[in-house]
Amino acid sequence: MSETVVTTVNGRVVETAVEANELLLDFLRDRLGLIGARQSCEVQVCGTCTVLVDGMPVSSCTHLACDVDGKEVETIEGLVGTPLHDELSDAFVRHAAVQCGFCTPGMLLTAKALLGTEDVATEEGTRRAMAGNLCRCTGYRSILDALTEVFDAHRTPRS
Amino acid sequence: MTRLSDPPVGTATAVGLSVERVDARDKLAGKAEFTVDLHPPFMLYGSVLRSPYAHAVIEGIDTSAAEATDGVVAVLTGDDLADIDPYYGHALRDRPVVAIGKVRFAGEPVAVVAAVTQSVADAALASIEVTYGTLEVAASLDAALAPDAPLVHEGAVRPGLAHGLGALPEREGNICYRYGFARGDTESVFESAPVVVEGDYLFPAVYQYSMETHTTIAHHKGDDIVVWSSCQHPFLVRQEISELFGLPLDRVEVIVPFLGGGFGSKSYTKMEPLTVAISRKAGRPVRILNRVDESMVTTRRHNMKCRMRTAAGADGELLGREVELWLDTGAYADNGPRVTATAGDAAPGPYGWKAMDVRAHCVYTNTGPSGSYRAFGSTHVQWIGESQVDEVARRVGMDRLEIRRRNLLPRGGEVRPGAKGVDADLVGDIEAVAAAIDWGAERPPNRGVGISIGLLAAGAHPVSMATVRLGPDGGVTVLVGTTELGQGSRTAMGQIAAEVLKIDSSRVRTMGTDTAYTPYDRSTGASRSTTVAGKAVEEAALSVLDALLETAEEILGVDRAELTVAGGAVEAGGQAIAYQELVQRRFGLAGGELVGHGRVQPRGKSGGFADGPVFWEICAAGAEVELDPETGIVTVLRTSSVADVGRAINPQLVESQDEGGTLQGLGNALFEEMRFDASGTLLNDTLLDYRIPSFEDLPAAMSCTIVENADGPGPFGAKGCGEGVLAGLPAAIVNALADAGVAMRELPLTPERVWNQIRKQRIDGASSKD
Repeated sequence: MSETVVTTVNGRVVETAVEANELLLDFLRDRLGLIGARQSCEVQVCGTCTVLVDGMPVSSCTHLACDVDGKEVETIEGLVGTPLHDELSDAFVRHAAVQCGFCTPGMLLTAKALLGTEDVATEEGTRRAMAGNLCRCTGYRSILDALTEVFDAHRTPRS
Repeated sequence: MTRLSDPPVGTATAVGLSVERVDARDKLAGKAEFTVDLHPPFMLYGSVLRSPYAHAVIEGIDTSAAEATDGVVAVLTGDDLADIDPYYGHALRDRPVVAIGKVRFAGEPVAVVAAVTQSVADAALASIEVTYGTLEVAASLDAALAPDAPLVHEGAVRPGLAHGLGALPEREGNICYRYGFARGDTESVFESAPVVVEGDYLFPAVYQYSMETHTTIAHHKGDDIVVWSSCQHPFLVRQEISELFGLPLDRVEVIVPFLGGGFGSKSYTKMEPLTVAISRKAGRPVRILNRVDESMVTTRRHNMKCRMRTAAGADGELLGREVELWLDTGAYADNGPRVTATAGDAAPGPYGWKAMDVRAHCVYTNTGPSGSYRAFGSTHVQWIGESQVDEVARRVGMDRLEIRRRNLLPRGGEVRPGAKGVDADLVGDIEAVAAAIDWGAERPPNRGVGISIGLLAAGAHPVSMATVRLGPDGGVTVLVGTTELGQGSRTAMGQIAAEVLKIDSSRVRTMGTDTAYTPYDRSTGASRSTTVAGKAVEEAALSVLDALLETAEEILGVDRAELTVAGGAVEAGGQAIAYQELVQRRFGLAGGELVGHGRVQPRGKSGGFADGPVFWEICAAGAEVELDPETGIVTVLRTSSVADVGRAINPQLVESQDEGGTLQGLGNALFEEMRFDASGTLLNDTLLDYRIPSFEDLPAAMSCTIVENADGPGPFGAKGCGEGVLAGLPAAIVNALADAGVAMRELPLTPERVWNQIRKQRIDGASSKD
């Protein structure tokens, strides 16, 4: 059983038929060739498959493709080339926050969604807000340092 | 990060600098390709039917419905392997490619479907009917070691292709391998010692969880085989595939894209034989992508039980140690024999015992196979040995740092008979981790500090080759078989070549491994890449440099002694000739390139590699913990580690390794544990109920001290790192918790376990006052 989905992916309108049980992750990878989101835990724990739907991070491994009908999807490929991606990338490089790189796109997308929010006003808050993105390589310190630097630079000063 | 010595000023052009890792930008853009991102033309999707029973006879398999399913191209069962010797295993050749007549663990592959889509393959799998006749199960060490235990394997042990363990002992019940050594008269030492500490200890089964699960694409074309795989040891995979499917080595090509972590879980051969077998039947490329629950029964860290005792004098002199340990290798040996031997080597700890006796056993059970996981062996035993050293210190009233200062082996001291002596400054290392957590400072109640130090036999078998190519535009390509798992090997190898050739490391490109083109490298593991493969890269680059100097001598008409090298050019008497020009002048305008080869082998000119192990990796760490006695919750407040690396090729990468190892050590110590029930079923087979450390588990402070004594056998005096802290930290945490008042003999330190121990100590304390 298939149905038609009209969605915007990285700023481009996509209209296509999808299977009713098709996962957003498979839709992005297999139909659109966007490989930056990857499968790992399949139970919404690890964050490796994170993409943004209407600006909010979702686990594309457990999100149905038909549910993005009428919505905007952003993947790492859409973030690339923006000033924010450059800024995040420079900070990640400076702090050596990339090792195997499997989790990295998901980290950046979650970070984009959190940017400028109260959730990441403190390091404590950032730890809590980022806990849905796992990394087995780095030990988190370097990623936390990189993110804190970017989050702090984007904080709106309180009047 | 603290570096205990600075590099000599003005000499390093690339080595010793924290240059940007070469793969970072592609990974940040999501462009770096992993195996799952590859799609060879006409690729099919594989789905694996796994046994629900831990021990059963397969009475029949009916695959007819699956085969008739639209979109299914092939279905593989044990019957398809009649024309080959279908058993593999680098240590013990005990594992069939797919179950043949019998299953030995819950999750063992029984059949594979290859279909045009994953969903067709998954759906067809459900239509396969298997009739099992269940057998008695030995799902734990105790069950497998019982006198009347069911045998997991009945036949004789067949040695694997690459066990490297000398003459293998006969199988004895479910014990498939034994290792041990002794020195001195243990019995008399223990009889006369004024202090003896002894106990029984348990270490849990742990899942490595590399975020990329095992992923393999194979194409058996008849006369040759191509495998793309997330594997750490492509040349050993090639060897086993060649042997299994009866094709020459040069007809088996193993290609390794970026790996999404490894930590040992992708060492040796894993899903490759099964994937090649289904491709052979389908005649097309097939991909098998494990789910997490499948990877968890593909490999894990051995759970272990251990009995240990330590004898000491009233003055704190460490006199004797006796260790017996049993490691659960699951249904197939995988790397169990090596893990067992390494645990045995680590068991005495780095002390000058008058007598020691170590006996280690590798045991089959009806659970998924156990294999390598970062710092294997040492992680298993260091926390036990080091907690006994602490207990000796408490009993004789000595400071726990002081007892180590007095007893640690000096440089050159004998670790075990026949092995390389200590090749590091152990007292300096333990003092560094202690200082970093303010050893000796006053602390509030329910706080504790701990330190630990141990040795890990590192380097594996020291055989690595490398090729360095210098092109006519001055660009350099490094071909070396080390696989990039995230550790930064492509960056470090490039830095080594750049340093030898005195060029900017951005001019060097280090390629991924393709066994058809990349020269042989034994493996990526045992912290060996920088030391062994890096040495081969250094030699290959030196060979290119030699050719450059030879050409310069001819052109300039001067002796080599008058030539100097800097900035990508050879100079003499104020005249500099760039490498580009040297290559072009040597070959003419058409181009050409200079190619250098390097090799490391145990015998011959690379003398530093003659004795085993290649080096002793130092496993030193410190921890400060806080205990909530009402709940049993242990919080790690800060940690320290030492990366005793001889020479840091890239200090930031070294520190990154220790930080990553620290969080894994924290998980191993505090909460990671795979639990099997008595029927051999894994109870927590998802990330929902097998938890790994997250951002919220990060200690408030972590410090890593880099020690550079230029005492390694690798390039520029380097030796490996990245595993030591994973052995050192659980031991430091256990010791810190004991310092806070709770002595534990079972890991992980879950709140429930700690709370029960607090309660037991209170009851014991109260009854002893009666």
